[in-house]
Amino acid sequence: MTRITYREAVRQGLREALAADDRVVLVGEDVGRYGGAYACSKGLLDEFGAERVRDAPLSEAAFVGAGIGAALAGLLPIVEIMTVNFSLLALDQIVNNAATLRHMSGGQMSVPLVIRMATGAGRQVAAQHSHSLEVWYAHVPGLKVLAAATVADARWMLAAALADPNPVILFEHALLYPVEDDVDARPAGFDPWHAAIRRPGRDATIVTYGGSLPKCLAAAETLAGEGIDAEVVDLRCLRPLDVGCVLESVARTHRAVVVDEGWKTCGLGAEISATIAEERLYELDAPVARVCTAEAPIPYAQHLETAALPSAARIAAAVRDVVPGKTAAAAAPRAE
Amino acid sequence: MAEFRMPTLGADMQAGTVVAWLKKPGDVLRRGDTLAEVDTEKGVIDVEVFTAGVLEAIVVPVGAKVPVGTVMATIRAGAEPAAALPLPPPRGLPETGEERPVPPAAPATPAPATPAPIPPAPIYAPGLAAAVRLKISPAARRRARELGVDPAAVTGTGRGGAITLVDVEQAAARAAAAPRAAAIAAPPSVPMPPPADRQERMRRTIAAAMARSKREIPHYYLATTIDLGRAMAWLADRNAAVPVAERLLPGVLLLKAAALAVREAPELNAVWDGERVVLRETVHAGVAIALRGGGLVILAVHDTATRPLAELMTTVCELTVRARAGRMKSSELADSTLTVTSLGDRGVEAVYGVIYPPQVAIVGFGRITDRPWVVNGGLCVRPVVTATLAADHRVSDGHRGGLFLDAVDRLLQEPEKL
Repeated sequence: MTRITYREAVRQGLREALAADDRVVLVGEDVGRYGGAYACSKGLLDEFGAERVRDAPLSEAAFVGAGIGAALAGLLPIVEIMTVNFSLLALDQIVNNAATLRHMSGGQMSVPLVIRMATGAGRQVAAQHSHSLEVWYAHVPGLKVLAAATVADARWMLAAALADPNPVILFEHALLYPVEDDVDARPAGFDPWHAAIRRPGRDATIVTYGGSLPKCLAAAETLAGEGIDAEVVDLRCLRPLDVGCVLESVARTHRAVVVDEGWKTCGLGAEISATIAEERLYELDAPVARVCTAEAPIPYAQHLETAALPSAARIAAAVRDVVPGKTAAAAAPRAE
Repeated sequence: MAEFRMPTLGADMQAGTVVAWLKKPGDVLRRGDTLAEVDTEKGVIDVEVFTAGVLEAIVVPVGAKVPVGTVMATIRAGAEPAAALPLPPPRGLPETGEERPVPPAAPATPAPATPAPIPPAPIYAPGLAAAVRLKISPAARRRARELGVDPAAVTGTGRGGAITLVDVEQAAARAAAAPRAAAIAAPPSVPMPPPADRQERMRRTIAAAMARSKREIPHYYLATTIDLGRAMAWLADRNAAVPVAERLLPGVLLLKAAALAVREAPELNAVWDGERVVLRETVHAGVAIALRGGGLVILAVHDTATRPLAELMTTVCELTVRARAGRMKSSELADSTLTVTSLGDRGVEAVYGVIYPPQVAIVGFGRITDRPWVVNGGLCVRPVVTATLAADHRVSDGHRGGLFLDAVDRLLQEPEKL
């Protein structure tokens, strides 16, 4: 067991993929000589050469399109896009080509492409570098969408994504790169396509993914001190959604709070909330609550940015609101 | 085929329990016959039928509690083609059984014969349904059904007072501890809540109706002091000439004057259906009757504006007695179009009422009391009463309300014409 950063976990995953299969290539802006915008590919150019680790020109449409072509031609490309905001320049390639070709060719052609991209706010890089647009991709049939919320997932998800014949978008929240954790050898039966219960609990289910997971776990710890036992579900795979795990959890706790750094309107929180209402209405003991980012472009100013994003305090408050009876007890000074 | 449904006996009623069927399948029914006895927060109500015909089938058995609007029985209509009348039409005391042509017009259901441009309404008005809908989580509702708990009797502790799983389970635990719980849960027995429980439920229904009123209705208030010198003198003369049993109380004059004054401001005799006002042609004044041990009911005095004072007096007395005994008829609970409240015998000078939804006005009378009064430039002592009006500003304005109170005053100056 070794203690590594999320960044290092991503790097180890990339290195392992490049070493394991000659068809794997890494393409993206500054992935080579600079070592990656988030330093995830440092050293890989030296180790694997310029044929396998390729710096791309500043045109997301071009290098994502090249990745799709390479995948069609038999390679296993890993394309890195600096942030999900920039990926919108390649939206045509991803949505109209990568996601459709297997369907339109009647299964004759697959696009076994992995597109990694950073997402999320919290670093004061303003509205054009900070948005959480995961749901844009989770909306599209033909894509699979993963979000690595833990160091272990950052380490092991890439291989699973590469092994899938479909184009896979792999999200890495930019605030998670410095997070450290112990990572074991690859767990037997590692399956990134299903949600994971990161903290079991009885009183309410907090559903989240990606960069919001640490905030949810912190909120759950605070609530535990107040006698509220919250379960935290990490979705991990945003498409196809593992609704079974969410519904099973809600059936036990009867209350759900969905935490999503995306905007609330038409967001993942709406999808989860609607699914719970469709499938488990009669298990609900309170309305499903959502904690999302303020409906505004992410502000530059630090205090405004902090205020716009879901926080552990806001998440805890939302859980208190749906757990009956315990709110008053928590508010009152405790005797012990 | 007509359907006999659980009527709504006021804005606060959500469900009723069938206590007894007074007819059996095959029996001939006349308009106004009492068909069933239904237990509600307000007591046991005689529910009348307004479709003549033959009782075909009883759908809801004795002991069952069903929501407002549930089909309780089916009736094969007599001579007329069968037509479902979801709510009893308000006109005419059922006992009279006269064959006069009666335009049916139910409080929450626009009359088919009325030319007013109102689409046919469901069993109860939408606004009404929203007010009586219980705030209970889906999980708690299902659990309540499993445990045989009546959700209406559970106090909610969730957000906004919603009833949650914990509330239902605690209520079930309390019920299990009480020995009578088994009897209530058993279907064949008739669940007659004990008086204390009924009072608590009534308190809650009053709370719901009044909170809704204050939340939704923009009230405005007017008051005027009316010289009752002529009215009291006329009353004394009249009462001196008749046996004690036939004497009138001043309250009945006030009641009739209020009903007649509606001619000056017809929009006060109406209901608000959630979006607009629906005028009522006939005045069925609702009299607020305080019950022993707390709580009150508002019972309709049918055709208040057109019936003679003596008859109104008899009706009011009878209603009061029956209300306090917990025996009321469905039409009396459902039909009132304008409430008249009098706290005069409690000694207060004025009462500013809270409108009883979906009505749009409430008239109040205080104590009749002697006061120095200026008549023709001279000071004298006269019996006066403070008349108030609380009315819905969505429907009427102070000017119209003022005309109404002025009309009450004028009418009371000519008591012999009442």
